[in-house]
Amino acid sequence: MIPEFGHLALVLALCFSLAQTFVPMWGVRQQSAVLMNVSVPLVLMAFLLTLVSFIFLEISFLRDDFSLVYAANNSNSLLPWYYKFSAVWGAHEGSMLLWALVLVGWSLAVALFSGNLPLEVRAIVLSVQGALAVGFLLFIIFTSNPFDRMLPFPAADGADLNPLLQDFGLIVHPPLLYMGYVGLSVAFSFAVAALILGRLDAEWARWLRPWINTAWAFLTGGIALGSWWAYYELGWGGWWFWDPVENASLMPWLLGTALVHSLAVSEKRNMFKRWTLLLALFAFSLSLLGAFLVRSGVLTSVHAFASDPERGVFILVFLSIVIGSSLLLYGLRMKDLEASPGFEPVSRETALLINNVLFVLMCAVVLLGTLYPLVIDMFGLGSVSVGPPYFNLFAAIIFIPLLLAMAPGQILRWKRDQLSRIKPTSLLSLAISLTGALLLGFLLPPEFSVVLTAGAFLGLWVVTHGLIDLRKQIKNADGFFAGLKRLSLSYWGMQLGHLGVTVCVVGITFSVALSDSRDARLAPGDTYDLNGYHFELVEYRQVRGPNYVADEAFVAVTKNGRPVTEVFPQKRRYAASDQVMTEAGISGNLWRDLYVSMGEPLGGGAWSVRIYVKPFVRWIWYGAMLTALGALLAVADKRYRRRGVTSTSGATL
Amino acid sequence: MKKLLVFLPLILFIMVASFFFYALQVRKERPVSELASALIDRPFPEFELQTLEGQMINRNALVTGEVTLVNVWGSWCIACRAEHPYLQELAESGVRIVGINYKDPKESAIEWLNRFGDIAEFHIVDRDGRLGINLGVYGAPETYLIDSQGYIRYKKVGIVDDYEWAKIKPVYERLVKQSEAVDSGA
Repeated sequence: MIPEFGHLALVLALCFSLAQTFVPMWGVRQQSAVLMNVSVPLVLMAFLLTLVSFIFLEISFLRDDFSLVYAANNSNSLLPWYYKFSAVWGAHEGSMLLWALVLVGWSLAVALFSGNLPLEVRAIVLSVQGALAVGFLLFIIFTSNPFDRMLPFPAADGADLNPLLQDFGLIVHPPLLYMGYVGLSVAFSFAVAALILGRLDAEWARWLRPWINTAWAFLTGGIALGSWWAYYELGWGGWWFWDPVENASLMPWLLGTALVHSLAVSEKRNMFKRWTLLLALFAFSLSLLGAFLVRSGVLTSVHAFASDPERGVFILVFLSIVIGSSLLLYGLRMKDLEASPGFEPVSRETALLINNVLFVLMCAVVLLGTLYPLVIDMFGLGSVSVGPPYFNLFAAIIFIPLLLAMAPGQILRWKRDQLSRIKPTSLLSLAISLTGALLLGFLLPPEFSVVLTAGAFLGLWVVTHGLIDLRKQIKNADGFFAGLKRLSLSYWGMQLGHLGVTVCVVGITFSVALSDSRDARLAPGDTYDLNGYHFELVEYRQVRGPNYVADEAFVAVTKNGRPVTEVFPQKRRYAASDQVMTEAGISGNLWRDLYVSMGEPLGGGAWSVRIYVKPFVRWIWYGAMLTALGALLAVADKRYRRRGVTSTSGATL
Repeated sequence: MKKLLVFLPLILFIMVASFFFYALQVRKERPVSELASALIDRPFPEFELQTLEGQMINRNALVTGEVTLVNVWGSWCIACRAEHPYLQELAESGVRIVGINYKDPKESAIEWLNRFGDIAEFHIVDRDGRLGINLGVYGAPETYLIDSQGYIRYKKVGIVDDYEWAKIKPVYERLVKQSEAVDSGA
């Protein structure tokens, strides 16, 4: 009966979401505070019911109820309990339920933590959130019901969760990513509310900023985690593959990044308003588009979901309604928006404009690269794939000027600044960065590396600007620590966020320039030297996991005769699905990763083994985490917690 | 004019969305095969191998101007046994089927066919899996559709049954129609 209750709860959640869509909107029309306020309990009920539904699906999985088609296809009695738990979102149906749960969760958060919002604004935001929830719940109930039964003959055992997904990364990655994707819906709903009420001012930007920063931090973390998971689980040594599914997550992130920055201008200077609105609408639209691309089967991808054109049609109709109507509303309301106040060419606004243009450009590049093969295919012009070279080239073309502009941009003043004011800082920074980058470029790699030098230069350029500015900021304070304490959390958030970007760039360029990999034929007792590390293959052995058997290599690593580490790469064969999986053996620290993965058995007790030494590779993910942390730090700034402040324009500085 | 610029995002979106609707329609007739093979839309690889009867044949025996379903199987493969009755139905409905006997001793293959019935025009013996490598075979059973010119147009890893045939059938019919068009054109 548990699945039936889960299904019932989902249907009830749909009813409450419908009410949440219409009642508060009706309240706004009638100017009735009661009707507007009722949105909060409605959201609460929708959330609780979706949660119940989700918990019941979890219970079915944990109890191995293979009379559920979804469980029978994606779980197995031999799975450890934590993978049964995460198998719930291992495939399409359950991951949609998780998506819906996260969506109503965000709505609830808006309902509970928005005491400073005018009643009308909150009512419309929740109403739009409700409409989005209705769409997703309908989608789940009619096309992707995880509670469908396989009766009267339930499966004896499940077909197993895809072994690739039997991993800690998968337990955490989708929830984080969905927090990000779906969090962008809040920006969308706020934008619609602003359009409906015709109220688009600095205060609006201040309401929205904490929400979008939080969602963006989750999205950043989710993408970074996904990249980390691909790195250690796919066994190819890479960390980003420009796969359509990855691109689908990157596009909302790129627009989200632009939005985070343009909101700064909207809040401080009451400018870029159309632009900010459009970004808010499009960032979430791209989340929906990503869901469509990944789940409809129009594209191929290494991590595609089981796809189905019927579902594709539903999502496409839904996203057409959502995006089409919001853009129509935008067109109708924006016709008569008054012009914004101007700004001088040398100002923070210009820097943020550059940021916005470049991020939107990058998003367009990724979108084109992702859709181009589809377009070619659809018009019968053959099949092509747009590979990493295209994306890497454009990423370099776009991100290099971005980082060059970012460093001085973060120390420019609003509205009007003098080049002469920042010139000493920039010159000093240039001198340090050039010297440092050339030194690193000649000393670190065996031969001079352009990539590494460029990465080091960009990193130092940003960091030195940040540090010099920090020194200036605290110069007039009574003491060093007093000065540090006086700075606002948003300032620290910005500094930390930009530092994270720097760390990430260093990670990317240094690991590209310094990494080395070799394929070797290794029998027990064989050794191999790479980048000063001495790898010894001690032995091969058989190991048995809970639901797989594996060949395992025991590799001891030494450097200059001293033991460094031991790694144990595996080749696993999963019992239920008979799939073979490569599990890389990785030993990493801040400065380098040693990465060994097993290829094929070559006879005579030997295997082909691939060995990587990857300096600085972890910096990529640490950098992303710092950036996400920076965004959260800015959310904690006290100006977002003041209640009922009425400010006309961006008077806060 | 400038006032209408605000509708540009909407217009762009409508264009993109229309394209997606079109793409979905096309995908219904022409789904992406589950494991997109690098060989899709490429010619069937050259080979020179024996048939189960012991005759040496090459690619020309396979490419005869008729749309052909190539099935990779082995007597060791339990799933192939499950798939067999369905292929039999297809053969009876007039589909030309050629087998690739994959990594299998000849004797057990012949014994298997005697037991379950032979539905193929002939079987190519790929004892050491050479052809399998060129074809990118993951395992048995696997099914390929080859058009009249010998190009691989579809690949299915795993059992072909009613459900799968429903997906393959439109491709098959399209290829047959194309080959008829070629015939009448010539």
